[in-house]
Amino acid sequence: MCLAVPARIVSLEADEQAVIDVGGIRKRVSVALVEGVAPGDYVIVHVGYALARLDPQAAAETLAAMAAAGLEPGALA
Amino acid sequence: MSAAPRPLYQRPLDFRRGRVELAHGAGGRATAQLVEELFLAAFDNEWLRTQNDAAALPRPAGRVVMATDSHVVSPLFFPGGDIGSLSVHGTINDVAMAGGRPLYLAAGFVLEEGFPLADLRRIVQSMAAAASAAGVPIVTGDTKVVEQGKGDGVYITTTGVGVVPEGIVLDGAAAREGDAIFVSGTIGDHGVAIMSRRENLEFDTAILSDSAALHGLVAALLAACPRMRVLRDPTRGGLATTLNEIARQSGVGMVLEERAIPVKPAVAAACEFLGLDPLYVANEGKLVAIAPADAADAVLATLRGHPQGRDAALIGHVTRDPDHFVQMTTALGGRRVVDWLTGDQLPRIC
Amino acid sequence: MKYVDEFRDRELGRGLAAAIAREAVASRRYHFMEFCGGHTHAISRYGVTDLLPPNVRMIHGPGCPVCVLPIGRIDLAIELALERGVILCSYGDTLRVPASNGRSLLRAKAEGGDVRMVYSAADALRIARENPAREVVFLAIGFETTTPPTALVIREAHAMGVANFSVLCNHVLTPAAIVNILQSPEVRTLGTVPLDGFVGPAHVSSIIGTQPYEFFAEEFRKPVVIAGFEPLDVMQAILMLVRQVNEGRAEVENQFHRVVDRGGNQKAQALVAEVFELRREFEWRGLGSVPYSALAIRPAFAAHDAERRFGLAYRAVPDNKACECGAILRGLKRPVDCRLFGGACTPETPMGSCMVSSEGACAAHYSYGRFRDRPAARDAAEVA
Repeated sequence: MCLAVPARIVSLEADEQAVIDVGGIRKRVSVALVEGVAPGDYVIVHVGYALARLDPQAAAETLAAMAAAGLEPGALA
Repeated sequence: MSAAPRPLYQRPLDFRRGRVELAHGAGGRATAQLVEELFLAAFDNEWLRTQNDAAALPRPAGRVVMATDSHVVSPLFFPGGDIGSLSVHGTINDVAMAGGRPLYLAAGFVLEEGFPLADLRRIVQSMAAAASAAGVPIVTGDTKVVEQGKGDGVYITTTGVGVVPEGIVLDGAAAREGDAIFVSGTIGDHGVAIMSRRENLEFDTAILSDSAALHGLVAALLAACPRMRVLRDPTRGGLATTLNEIARQSGVGMVLEERAIPVKPAVAAACEFLGLDPLYVANEGKLVAIAPADAADAVLATLRGHPQGRDAALIGHVTRDPDHFVQMTTALGGRRVVDWLTGDQLPRIC
Repeated sequence: MKYVDEFRDRELGRGLAAAIAREAVASRRYHFMEFCGGHTHAISRYGVTDLLPPNVRMIHGPGCPVCVLPIGRIDLAIELALERGVILCSYGDTLRVPASNGRSLLRAKAEGGDVRMVYSAADALRIARENPAREVVFLAIGFETTTPPTALVIREAHAMGVANFSVLCNHVLTPAAIVNILQSPEVRTLGTVPLDGFVGPAHVSSIIGTQPYEFFAEEFRKPVVIAGFEPLDVMQAILMLVRQVNEGRAEVENQFHRVVDRGGNQKAQALVAEVFELRREFEWRGLGSVPYSALAIRPAFAAHDAERRFGLAYRAVPDNKACECGAILRGLKRPVDCRLFGGACTPETPMGSCMVSSEGACAAHYSYGRFRDRPAARDAAEVA
């Protein structure tokens, strides 16, 4: 549940709003629930609100761990 | 020398600020003026010029096919089209999917009292352009007006007739085990374009409706593959619904490959956003083709060689299946059923 | 789509499937419950079951706020629309759920009720501001992910003095539901449902953090792995659970650490605490009454509480006696074990909570997986 999608912040607007981009689709959403986000950051958006930041470094680590798990026995970083 | 006849109308229709009135549908002078100054002016052809209620047509050589569609789309104007062009393309496509070369169209309008004439003219001109580009004249029609509040601006019903070439037999019940399944291009474009303009869902996208007349593509396909089994355009309910319909009619199953199904990235993103599955989103300028496996290469080449089929793909095969399931190998490599659409696909939060 | 497509990669999936098959001890069975409907949906939609070894089985939990919304609560919304003339704003998910008297919110709309679908709570507030002469009620549902947006609009309505706006609050809490399942006699004492661990919700956890799950791991000795919603996330979490079970550990691990951390979104939590308080109990469709599992609007914001504003009286409505949702939600039965499944009860004609939304165990199975129910001989399709 909680359909939410990773979105890139394109610009910050007045009234705690932001324009986000998901695969080329742009929409205005609220960033009232997150702090310190800047254009270029990725956030998780649910029902028109950004709920949390997505950490690109952690994402890369997760993918690397998935790849590693598939290669050798017991190799889960 | 005889004097010019007294003009029937005091003033020409005010297309800038005028609105549809009940009188326009009453059958009297106002109706005649609307027909003449709007419909006849836009559609202009030998049949409409006779100003008769019916069009007298020559008997075509071959099997006649006829199709009809009512159009109630909202919003009336959307990126890539409007209810007018949609109504022309939709019926032309229905005729084409039966293998018919479309010859004539009829158009019925139910207008809501108060509807702006400027919008109506825009729609009618769009229909004229679509019909002209397709080479299919609108030869007869009708107009009615309903009270304000009883209609959604305008509803359009189009009926088309065409003729099927000798030897061509297309039927939803004709799919056979082993047949190849194709789609002529990216799916979900139209539905996403519509949704992007719906209230409370607005988002910015360059996605345009794919509304288009496909009879040229169909003609090329049938020339390249006369043994084509099924053609159908996946409109309401999307690709999934169309395939399930065909599977049931033919008494077969299907297996698709998710990664082979073409979807524009922006359409995928919009669907992701709203919790929709592109497989169930409407298309108005695409077709599904089912052909014998040995004709697969020819079909794909013909599709891709045509401007309306550049993104065509082979997406699966017909199987033997007593339950008529349409199954799919997912992007991940697992398997799922692609079921019939349940009710209306609504955006989800979950 | 960035951070989405990469987590659906077939090759990585193959690798993870091999790893799970390697590490799952052949002589034992593993039963994991994915609490969240989003995970149920991902598993079904991508056919993750096909990539798991036969001794690793997923049990679908009750984490779908639409599924567990009692009929009686929807009746209240319908009453507001049809009898009190309000503009009733709702997320799309809830519109088709059948309630009493053969009605749903969509049917109520057909009968003349002003029911409007909104994508966001903010839309409902906007509608209220645009229609000052009408009462506008927002039907709020959802777990902890969806609650902060509702809190925001209530606070905004209060600050701006939008007197005609109120919320019919049905927000529910994840940890309470998990405890309810773990404490059901079958699981705790009798051991009839061997639940070896949980795949924890992704976006709920982005709000509440991983800390609230530490209680289960300790108290019930069950491992919890918080997982993202993409199919690869689920598979990696299953691998981590298998390892925990093999090593006799019962910890909270965070697979979704690209979004979730231990503390969660403090700002959102504070906002929710400001606007909402705990209800002593709340009915969950399929589970019955669950203590301290739901939120009500605080007295300070009573003017925007639809229940108070309209003096609504809740009446519980029981499900069909043959409905097995209660057992299915707890992992005691599977959809096919229910007499009604696929016959009287389908996604078109849902009779219980597991079928009403595409994330319910029965709906997901019906829509994506029922080809697995037939004997192997009939399944002649060859899949590449």
